[in-house]
Amino acid sequence: MSRPAGHSWRAILLVAPALLWTLAFFVLPFAVMVVLSLWERVGSQLVPSWTLANYAKLLERGHFLAALVNSLEVTALVTALSILLAYPFAWILAEQVPKRWQRLALLLAVLPFWTSYVIRSYSWLLVLAKNGIVNQALLASGLIAQPLALANSRTATVIGFVHFFVMLLTLTIYANLVQLPANYRRAAADLGAGALRTFWHVILPLTLPGVMVGAFLTFVLCIGDYITPQILGGNNELLLPQVIMLQIGRRADFPTASALSIVLMLVVTAAYLAAARWLKLERA
Amino acid sequence: MSGAARHAFGALYAVLIYGFIFLPVIVLVLFSFQDGRLPVPPFQGFTARWYQAVLTDRQLTEALINSALVALASSALAVLLGFLAAYGLARHQLPAAAGQRLLLMAPLTVSYLIIGLGLLIVWNALGWPKSLLAVGIGHVVINLPLCFAILYSQMGEHQAGLERAARDLGASEIQVLLKITAPVLWPALFASFFLAMTFSWDEFIIAFLLTRFEVTLPVEIWSLLRSGLDPKTNAVGSLVFLVSIGLAVLLELVLLRRR
Repeated sequence: MSRPAGHSWRAILLVAPALLWTLAFFVLPFAVMVVLSLWERVGSQLVPSWTLANYAKLLERGHFLAALVNSLEVTALVTALSILLAYPFAWILAEQVPKRWQRLALLLAVLPFWTSYVIRSYSWLLVLAKNGIVNQALLASGLIAQPLALANSRTATVIGFVHFFVMLLTLTIYANLVQLPANYRRAAADLGAGALRTFWHVILPLTLPGVMVGAFLTFVLCIGDYITPQILGGNNELLLPQVIMLQIGRRADFPTASALSIVLMLVVTAAYLAAARWLKLERA
Repeated sequence: MSGAARHAFGALYAVLIYGFIFLPVIVLVLFSFQDGRLPVPPFQGFTARWYQAVLTDRQLTEALINSALVALASSALAVLLGFLAAYGLARHQLPAAAGQRLLLMAPLTVSYLIIGLGLLIVWNALGWPKSLLAVGIGHVVINLPLCFAILYSQMGEHQAGLERAARDLGASEIQVLLKITAPVLWPALFASFFLAMTFSWDEFIIAFLLTRFEVTLPVEIWSLLRSGLDPKTNAVGSLVFLVSIGLAVLLELVLLRRR
C-alpha cells in the first residue's frame, strides 16, 4: 500500500490529541500513584520517605491479606461457575434453537445487561432478602422453617457476580460456537465419534481460546469491582476494592490505597500474562 | 441419550438459566408498582405513586441530566480523539506505531477503581475541586481505547482506496477525513459513540470518587440505597432499564437498516 510521503508530521497531529490525553489523564496519574505508594502518611502529612512500608502492610495486617485472599477466592469461584453455567446455555442457543429465533433468544439472554449496574446488585438484594421472594417461596413450600440469611454474605456476592458474567460469557462462547464449520463435526461423525467424543475432542478444544478470553475478562472485571460486594456482601468479610475504598474514604490514607491498588493491578497483570501464555501455547 | 430426551433436557436447562437471568429484573419491575412501603412479597396491588415520587424528585432528575450531559460530551470527545488517532495510525507510517497503539489501549487493562483513584490523587494535589468535568475527563480515558480499537479495526483497504482517489483528485487531508472517511465509517462511529454512552451512563466508581455536590445518576441511586429496600429505588431502576432498552432498540434499528 502506498502511503503519501512527507505527511507524517500531519499524521502525528492526528494521533497527538489521543496520546496526550492518555498521557495526561492515565499515565501521569498512575505514575503519581506509584510515587505516592512509596511515601507515608504521618498524621495528616504526606512524607516522601521512599519506603516499601505500605506494601509490607499487606503482609503485616491480617485484614489486608484476608481481603486479597477473599478477592482471589471469590473471583476464581465466580469465573469457574460462570463458565460452567454459560457454556451449556450458549451451546443450547447455538445448536438447539432454530436459526431464525437465535438472534431473539440471544437478545433476551442479555437483556438484563441493560439494567443499571448499581440497580442490578440492588435487585439481587430484593430477591435474597430475609423477607424476599426466594425465602418466601422456600418457606411456603415447607422446605425450610426459618428464613435463610442469603443476603449480606459471600454467597450473595457470588450470585450477583455470576448473574452478570453468565450473560457476558454466553455472548462470547456463543460467538465462538457459531463460527465453527459444520464440516468438523461431520468429519468426526464419519470417523465414528459419538456426540460426546466429538464434543470432547473437537468442539471443546476449538472453543477453548474463546472461553479463555471470556474467563480473563470475567477475572479482571470481577476482581476490580467495588459495588457488588459492597451492596451484597455484608460486613463479615471485605474484598480488596472495598478495603482500598476504606483507605480513601474514612482515613484519607492515599499512600496505602495506592499501594493496595498497585497490588490489585499486579494480580490482574499476572492473570493477563498467564492467559496470554496459555493462548500462545495453544496456538503453537 | 436420545435426541428427544436431549432436546427436553436442553429446553429445561435453558428455561432455568433464563429464569436466573430474569428473576432480579422481574422482581425489580414488579415491586416498583408495590402499593406498600416494602418492595418484597406479598404484592399488595398496583400503584404508580413511586414513579411519581421519582419524577418529582429534584435531586434525581438533576442527577439524570448530569449523567446525560457527561455521557454525551465524554462520548463525543472519545469518538473524536479515537477517530483521529485511528485514521492517523492506520493511514500513515509513524515512528513506534505499535508502541502508540499499545499506549492508547493500555487503560482497558486497568480497573476503573484505579483510574479513578489516580485522577483523584492528581486532582487533590493540584487543589482542583471535584466536579462533573473531572468525571467527564475520566470517562474519556476509559472510553477512548474502546473507540480507538473499534475504529482502527474498521479502517480497511476499501476505504483507503477511496481516500487515495480523493487525494489524487486534489482533496485536502481534512476534506478526505470529513467527506470520505467519516461518512464511510459512520456505522462504526455510531456504534462506538453508543457504546461509550452506555459505559459512561452506567459508570459508578469514577463518578463516585470525583464528584461531591453535583453527582451523576448511579451515584445518586447509590445514596438512595442507604435507606434500604424502597419501592422508589425500584421505580428509578425500572425507568433506567426502560430508557436503556429503548436506546438498544434504536441502535439495532439504525445499524440493521444499513445491512
